[in-house]
Amino acid sequence: MASSNREILLDPLINNNPIALQVLGLCSALAVTTKMSTAFVMSLAVIAVTALSNTAISLIRNLVPPSIRIIVQLTIIASLVIITDQVLQAFVFDISKQLTVFVGLIITNCIIMGRAEAFAMQNPPGPSFIDGVGNGLGYGLVLMAVAFIRELFGSGKVFGLTVLPLVTEGGWYQPNGLMLLAPAAFFLIGCFIWAVRSWKPEQVEEDFHVGALLEPGHEGSLR
Amino acid sequence: MQHSTTYIVGFSLVVCVVCALFVASAEVSLRPLKERNILMDRQKNILALAGLMTMGEKMSAEEIANRFEQSIRPRVIDLATGEGNTTLDPNTFDQRSAARDPASSKPAPANPSKVLRIPNQALIYEVMDQGKLSSIIIPIQGYGLWSVLYGYLALSPDTRTILGITYYDQKETAGLGGEVDNPNWKAKWVGRKAFDERGRVKITVRKGPAGPPDQDPYQVDGLSGATITSRGVTNMLHFWLGQEGFGPYLARLRGATGA
Repeated sequence: MASSNREILLDPLINNNPIALQVLGLCSALAVTTKMSTAFVMSLAVIAVTALSNTAISLIRNLVPPSIRIIVQLTIIASLVIITDQVLQAFVFDISKQLTVFVGLIITNCIIMGRAEAFAMQNPPGPSFIDGVGNGLGYGLVLMAVAFIRELFGSGKVFGLTVLPLVTEGGWYQPNGLMLLAPAAFFLIGCFIWAVRSWKPEQVEEDFHVGALLEPGHEGSLR
Repeated sequence: MQHSTTYIVGFSLVVCVVCALFVASAEVSLRPLKERNILMDRQKNILALAGLMTMGEKMSAEEIANRFEQSIRPRVIDLATGEGNTTLDPNTFDQRSAARDPASSKPAPANPSKVLRIPNQALIYEVMDQGKLSSIIIPIQGYGLWSVLYGYLALSPDTRTILGITYYDQKETAGLGGEVDNPNWKAKWVGRKAFDERGRVKITVRKGPAGPPDQDPYQVDGLSGATITSRGVTNMLHFWLGQEGFGPYLARLRGATGA
């Protein structure tokens, strides 16, 4: 059990990363990664929400009528997100000001619903909690990596501390404005996915073309 | 597993009630903390504008409140006449809700800042230095590209010279329009003139760089990549410094100081 719990926790970091492999939760990954401090708080918020929603949903998994399970999951997730938002406003006001609407948008983060549906509905609360933490960490890992590159090259800073002094502040570094715009996050996440799949080629999906499905003998073909 | 309709309805009710309880208790128990944060954030902005602290300086809540109490005097003024209002308590007056209430506001004429209603009264701050008025801080707001920007403008007692500008609530694009928050940009405002000699509002955010304040007193560097936000800043200054805004109050002040 112990080793499988470890697997549940560590698997989503690289092998089954929610952003890189499952390609979920991209929208917020684009929006909050211009600075490391906001990305960090966002990661913590997502970890808290996935872990707690997985636990709560797993606790009632045998009671939920299947016909309304999605809306029940959404109710629980939405409540947790509102509570998280309130906590951020109360304790880290400055950062919650910068995160603005994106905390509220955790509700629509597909990672959380995806894990509730794929894992918490079938597993007991303990492993579900660990799965939530693991997936939150996997999301946070990508967020922090992207934010590090964007903040460093976009504004010459790491966690708000100047590393590359900017030309506008009397230094030598001409910041790359593209890094501060959303497309930069797309490029970086694309590169990240490329890097992970070159390292672990088993993550690469099989080439998909309609012709293959029509070939005789192909399993699950369209014929 | 089949569930009866009664079970399904009952189950959803229980889930809703439990979730609502959690949300409500979080909201109620954290409200005092949140309100304190919002107040502190506003006070920090005003103190920074008055030159009494640097933004990002770590100060405890008490220190901020003390420093604020010592040297900042909030005042409610009647916008139309520019006179002080003695009936409303400046410590509880909320200009934003006053502007929403038809009883305490009037519709604004069409303006590029998209200000819809003008409150009858406004809350300003007078900064005192050893018993003497050292600057006046007026609230400004107006539309940029995505959002209404809320901020403050600090003027010297002669009402012409700008001592600073700050925005405490805006949702412009981070890194472009959001640079209205950049301390380096805000520093470029210090020493510029809001009005020309004849008392007309003249300050403009231009496209591209402006000269030093003594040679180019009426222009400020534009924010690169944020033309519309820059224009929004110009528009809101013209609106709030004009007759509909703080014009009458500033004129009165000019008369009083003989400037």
